[in-house]
Amino acid sequence: MALEIREPDGRRRVQRTVTVLRSPSDCYSAWRDFARLPSFMDSLESVTVDPTSGRSHWKVKAPAGQSVEWDAEVVEDVPGSFLSWRSLPGADPANSGEVVIREAPGGRGTEVTIALSYEPPLGEVGRIAAKLLGEEPAMQLDEDIVRFKEMMETGRIPTTAGQPNGRNRPSVAKRGAA
Amino acid sequence: MRAVCWTGRHQVEVRDVPDPVIIDGRDAIVRVTSTAICGSDLHMYDGYIPSMRAGDILGHEFMGEVVEVGNEVKNLRPGDRVVVPFAIACGDCAPCRRSEFSLCENTNPSTRALAGLNGFTSAGLFGYSHLYGGYAGGQAEYVRVPYADVGPHVVPGGLRDEQVLFLTDIFPTGYMAAENCAIKPGDVVAIWGAGPVGLFAALSASMLGAERTIVIDRVPERLRMAREHCHAETINFDETEDVVEALKEMTGGRGPDGVIDAVGMEAHPSGLSGLYDKAKQTVRMQTDRPTALRQAIQACSPGGVVSIPGVYAGFIDSMPLGAAFAKGLTFRMGQTHVHRYVGPLMREIEAGNVDPGFLVTHRLPLASAPDAYRTFRDKQDGCIKVVLDPAA
Repeated sequence: MALEIREPDGRRRVQRTVTVLRSPSDCYSAWRDFARLPSFMDSLESVTVDPTSGRSHWKVKAPAGQSVEWDAEVVEDVPGSFLSWRSLPGADPANSGEVVIREAPGGRGTEVTIALSYEPPLGEVGRIAAKLLGEEPAMQLDEDIVRFKEMMETGRIPTTAGQPNGRNRPSVAKRGAA
Repeated sequence: MRAVCWTGRHQVEVRDVPDPVIIDGRDAIVRVTSTAICGSDLHMYDGYIPSMRAGDILGHEFMGEVVEVGNEVKNLRPGDRVVVPFAIACGDCAPCRRSEFSLCENTNPSTRALAGLNGFTSAGLFGYSHLYGGYAGGQAEYVRVPYADVGPHVVPGGLRDEQVLFLTDIFPTGYMAAENCAIKPGDVVAIWGAGPVGLFAALSASMLGAERTIVIDRVPERLRMAREHCHAETINFDETEDVVEALKEMTGGRGPDGVIDAVGMEAHPSGLSGLYDKAKQTVRMQTDRPTALRQAIQACSPGGVVSIPGVYAGFIDSMPLGAAFAKGLTFRMGQTHVHRYVGPLMREIEAGNVDPGFLVTHRLPLASAPDAYRTFRDKQDGCIKVVLDPAA
């Protein structure tokens, strides 16, 4: 389970580490390309990056009519080992994230630590956003990081969506035993 | 298509369900020609595996003909006849690279549930509850096989379904259980449970060079099969005062060098400890009844190996850990890494060295599954292994 810390100022920080059987540079690239994050971060609808300013625009999945979005900027970027970002003023809730990447011992791939922080929401939109980001941000991060590993190692996320089941289906009359 | 669905404790129904389709590029669709009921299916039938939902399609021992492949599956073609390992493995993660396929980290869509229970996830399994991914099983006319570039193994021509069907689970499971005993020349291996896994464990132990194998059960026809097909000696525990002492006497006072618990969490014991376990399991104070395991630990020779292919799902108590510690025992256990064994064991079958078909006592149409589950569970009618034919 992800580590969840509630700071005295009300800020919530969740952190989780996973080992991925890919190189540190592959893992770094996957996070650095913010537009790819929604492929494994379930609560995100899209992230677009302005190629000129480098600033990113984050959009959270929301029910019809609601829109929760904010802009963010990269704070520190050490290719292959560290990346951090934070939302720009006006975001509610104000939030930030960092990824620490280091080689795992003995050819075990790469250890990736993700930490996300959320300030307490200021207004109604912030409260909606906080809710959409997950009532349980630690649990959300747990699932996202599993999807990240699955995506990195196999190029897909396992699913059973669309497979048959027998719920609310008719029983077949027995044709008789052999 | 028709499929065997779990609908509640002690209830399965054959239902008319939609045909499976390719969902992912690494999927294949297999038309099932033979599918078996496994002893571990009975744990769900008896209601001891949590997270089942009414309507889930059962079955993890199946084989058939590939009818369709996803665009990323290059090793199979429609028309190929395949056996499919019960565990679903990605082939890409660290455990898969170590050939520990049942520990695959990337094929279980319900990681949170299993990680909550066990601390870590493990591979998705066909037809084995939502803890193991909720994948539809193969007791059906058709089945979707995910990661089909890793699991299915093409069957050479000339081999009948019944000769190779058990490569999907129970033959490799018995084989790995025997292999886990690290058999040395002169070793005696004792096996609790003369069900399909126990019988294959006995057969495999002798393939791996055990001097003698001793199978413990109380069902006469199963013990007869152990003697006639698996080169084993037998102990009927209903007719034996003290199994541990009997084993000592049979092994020059040394005890068996390897002991295999091929019974698992629903042992049928006699005596006071049996009543105690049954009562505790009934009120869910412990999830598993470990009678066979306790006896195996007591019987095992100092320095020996306890190998556990029998399924445990939760918690047990009153384990003789002191005896295990005092004797310096080694424990090996877990779901079988089936993929590892399919090729080598297929070659043994092809060479005529072994024919697993001896196990089949009941051949029935898929539609007879509700009766077949009951007959198998109650060990009625000499039932040891049921093979269902979806085309019948």
